[in-house]
Amino acid sequence: MTNDKRKILIVDDDMDYLTQLEIQVKRFGFDVIIAESQKEGEEKIKEEKPDLAILDLMMENQDSGFILAYKIKKAYPDVPVIIATAATSETGVVFGMDHEDEKNWIKADTYIEKSMRSDQLEREINKLLKI
Amino acid sequence: MEKLNVLVVDDEPGIRSGVERILRNFTVGYPFMDQDFHFNIIEAETGEIAIEILEKERIDIVLLDNKLPGIDGIEVLEYINKKKFDVQVMMITSYASLDLAVKATNNGAYNFMPKPFTPQDLKSSIENITKHLFLKRMTKKMNTEGKQIRFQFLSVLSHELKSPLNAIEGYLRIMEEKQVGENIDDYKVMINRSMERINGMRSLIMDLLDVTKLESGEKKRRKKKLDLSEIAKVSIHTIEPLAIQKNVKIYLDCEDQLIYEADSTEIEIIFNNLVSNAVKYNIDDGKVYIEIKKSNGQIQITVEDTGIGMEKEDLEKLFQEFVRIRNIKTKAITGSGLGLSIVKKLIEFYNGEITVNSEPDKGSKFTVKLPLQA
Repeated sequence: MTNDKRKILIVDDDMDYLTQLEIQVKRFGFDVIIAESQKEGEEKIKEEKPDLAILDLMMENQDSGFILAYKIKKAYPDVPVIIATAATSETGVVFGMDHEDEKNWIKADTYIEKSMRSDQLEREINKLLKI
Repeated sequence: MEKLNVLVVDDEPGIRSGVERILRNFTVGYPFMDQDFHFNIIEAETGEIAIEILEKERIDIVLLDNKLPGIDGIEVLEYINKKKFDVQVMMITSYASLDLAVKATNNGAYNFMPKPFTPQDLKSSIENITKHLFLKRMTKKMNTEGKQIRFQFLSVLSHELKSPLNAIEGYLRIMEEKQVGENIDDYKVMINRSMERINGMRSLIMDLLDVTKLESGEKKRRKKKLDLSEIAKVSIHTIEPLAIQKNVKIYLDCEDQLIYEADSTEIEIIFNNLVSNAVKYNIDDGKVYIEIKKSNGQIQITVEDTGIGMEKEDLEKLFQEFVRIRNIKTKAITGSGLGLSIVKKLIEFYNGEITVNSEPDKGSKFTVKLPLQA
């Protein structure tokens, strides 16, 4: 592995998805901080600055991921944020970042599908961390 | 008390001030409205001024003369129609030809009132137009709310269905790539969690079928005399495997032959949900107390547990569809978030009510009251 043990914050209220992401991301060679809710996520970012964050969209609130992304970007503008969601075009709920104002408000760098394969996920993370 | 803005468009000052005087202290109220309506009169002496006011202010009712110095009343009406203002228009005119009447009606005028009119004429016209306006706005509001609820239901539903699929798929991928070891035992926890998620999904689908039946009204209610203690016992028996796993003891306090007339499937759904929740959200070695009794012409069922309990703010949301209280204590417990919303709907069919008392880490107590039919 080519990285120097960077820290990735993973926030998801689905314990199974959280476990799986943790296994994967650790296998990529990163350190992992986990949180199981928007609230816990907010506490974790107060304690330390991660190098990247992967956030679930729907937790306590329908838009928890957006709120948390906003707070992370406010505290650490240089930390890349990935929003992971099960909502897609199939379900009729689509989130795009095609418009400039959406980009400004929704402060996420990229979106991934929760069913994304692990090699794709690794590529996304590396791209954002410029590895 | 709500105020409606009435715009009077007439070049005769006598008419404008007359309308103002008549409607100043006039109120309209119907039993089905939450509140009475009062009227605030705004005056315009020409059609041009009327359009200016309509563009600037929120107007509810327009009393419109046709013969005006500049543009005609009918042109004002056409403008209102074109701009789709949410207003009701009543033409006040002494020159109402059939041609004009047809044209005005086509452009959405609600009514005609010939000049001169008596205060009583004006009052009863305003009464009708207010009722019409109220019902029209209410219908529109209900339609939009209904659509929103439907959309929300579907988007939450698809999320709830996709989450377990993603979880199971994720575990299978990890196994496929043998990410945590060569031995099947290395994956035991993942296999168990997958099974758990499958069970959760199955119960969601079962609950959804119940909801669909309830909502479509398709379900035929077959009422017969039921022995509630029997139904409670069957329900306890159904939940037993889970209760044994958690070593939760269930106590039933009910006189034999407590008869209630209802659809047995529906009463079973109520019991199964309440009893399984009392076990699911209990601590290991906890207890569940079920009491069924007859008092004051009603059946009272209480299901009390010694479980994790809930915060006050969670209680308010508890009976809504897809609401699951998410916190550290509930994260490993699967559920559809539909059970209690179904229970509440069913109980309401029987004109009953369900209430809950709860204290975090002490437990919850659900009380169901079902009136005995005469």
